[in-house]
Amino acid sequence: MKITNLLRIAWRAIQRNKLRAFLTMLGIIIGVASVISMIAIGQGSKQSIQSQIKGMGSNMITIRPSSNVMGGARMENTSVQSLDEEDVVALQKQAVYINAISPYVTSRGQVINGPYNWSTSMQGVYPEYLFIRGWSLQEGEPFTNQDVKSAAKVCLIGQTILNNLFPDGEDALGKNIRFKKIPFKIIGILSKKGENTFGQDQDDVILTPISTVQKRILSTTYYQSIFASAIDENATDKAASEIQQILRTSHKLPKGTDDDFTVRTQAELISTFTSTSQTLTVLLAVIAGISLVVGGIGIMNIMYVSVTERTKEIGLRMAIGARGIDIMMQFLIEAIMISITGGVIGVVLGISATKLVTYFIHWPTLITESSVVLSFLVCFVTGVFFGYYPALKASRMNPIEALRYE
Amino acid sequence: MGEETVKALNDVSFTINSGEFITIMGSSGSGKTTLLNVLGCLDKPTKGNYLLDGTDVSTLSKNELARLRNKKLGFIFQSYNLLARTSAIENVELPLLYNPEISSKERREKAIKSLEAVDLTDRMQYLPSQLSGGQQQRVAIARALVNDPVMILADEATGNLDSRTSYGIMVLMQELNEVHGKTIVFITHEPDIATFSKRTITLRDGMIIKDSVNANVRNAKEVLESLPPIPDLITVAK
Repeated sequence: MKITNLLRIAWRAIQRNKLRAFLTMLGIIIGVASVISMIAIGQGSKQSIQSQIKGMGSNMITIRPSSNVMGGARMENTSVQSLDEEDVVALQKQAVYINAISPYVTSRGQVINGPYNWSTSMQGVYPEYLFIRGWSLQEGEPFTNQDVKSAAKVCLIGQTILNNLFPDGEDALGKNIRFKKIPFKIIGILSKKGENTFGQDQDDVILTPISTVQKRILSTTYYQSIFASAIDENATDKAASEIQQILRTSHKLPKGTDDDFTVRTQAELISTFTSTSQTLTVLLAVIAGISLVVGGIGIMNIMYVSVTERTKEIGLRMAIGARGIDIMMQFLIEAIMISITGGVIGVVLGISATKLVTYFIHWPTLITESSVVLSFLVCFVTGVFFGYYPALKASRMNPIEALRYE
Repeated sequence: MGEETVKALNDVSFTINSGEFITIMGSSGSGKTTLLNVLGCLDKPTKGNYLLDGTDVSTLSKNELARLRNKKLGFIFQSYNLLARTSAIENVELPLLYNPEISSKERREKAIKSLEAVDLTDRMQYLPSQLSGGQQQRVAIARALVNDPVMILADEATGNLDSRTSYGIMVLMQELNEVHGKTIVFITHEPDIATFSKRTITLRDGMIIKDSVNANVRNAKEVLESLPPIPDLITVAK
């Protein structure tokens, strides 16, 4: 039996029952379309979280004091004074996997420009901080190490600050704003960054030399955290363990005691958040997969009915020379054709649905080739798997009995 | 306890020569269906041999039997057994689809030739539901002819038709036998139909009780013409 003849016979059989074939396909169409669009939505949210975290500086390493027990009470970690200039100097001298380092202190308060004011926090950092975060200036110049040494009253402001303190759109560069009665000269304006994944406004920021905040505002010698940048993305883990070793030595921590600080890399952050969205993707795919299986059972159901209904036809075909294998292939090909046609329509529908979701609801989506190939493969397997049993039943019929069937 | 063994056919032995037109007669339960199944290579005798065109069928496997049916036999059934929603020509082509040696062009040519033989070339694209019973049976006959079989087996082929249409089918059968030299085995329980064949085998309880050559074969065409004209069914009362 030629394959073209088999295809012709199966195609004719589907044509003879167009509506039924379409209804059977519907299960597969919905199944495939939902698998593709669900995976696209899951992958899209995963990718958007990843790219936003990377946008925060994928090489970035954050060192914070850990909460410490003082007199039996666990202290809030910002009040712990375990990081200071000695640590920064030690890291600058010893660490080889780090190319930039900046301590960080912050103080909340009102920032005032004439009649306008805004509640924000003044962040004291090194000039390297801009490099570590991957931030750039829209206008002006960054402050220098000299400014840090002299505790200069200069600052860089973000877009939110600019909009709130200079609502009339006047040139802010060179102007003075006041924070806790201290005037700060604006020497640079940061580029717009927008909200991050967690809804924080990354433009609500004022950067100033760390010494200015430490000496003029907070009167402290400690740091709230230290930011560092690994030499490249792959070195973040090595850099993190190196930092841990250096700080343990610097803090003279005996072996067996806990660290009085924590070192976190962006990779950890990425994996935490992507694992959440990965779970979501798997969940969505499983639900969609179930509908695909239900679609497959629909095929089996219809093929079963079809075999019984066409018993006489099977008898006739056998009488005029069809072998058992020919009959089996006919029904199997019919089932596969239905499922693959359904699959193609489902892929088209799934991709369109995904585009519509992106267009109307603005959800990030990502159609991966693998999801298309996978759902297509599942369709084929579904067709074979659920078509096999009815086809086998058909092929084992006795032509004499089948011809006499009413 | 268990199944009862019934001998549907017992001690049956006969030869059909090429070019013969035989009717097999018998009441229901006489074993004529079983005999047809054996002749049609759908069933194998538990004992004894059946030689079809020189091939001993009893030694063949299921698939070999299917191949033999495809190449050497043509079936005509009481209920036509045409594929629904499939045009006449495609129904006729059907047996050739199971023969890998025949190209689609050859298939179409042979199907047209068969439909010519049954005088249905003007109905090629019609669906069975658009054809009368007699026309449907003619399509089925064309299907039985399309593979150029050594023997045509008809099972109560006129059973569902009125006598006028039945005679029309018998005209065709006689023509196939005499003009085209086809070997025909026609199973029927109507003695009237048997008179059109050259030889009649009568079965009872699985045995041949009579195997005779018909001395005066009726000509179906003449019988059909001698029938009174069709009464005008749509007479409008004045």
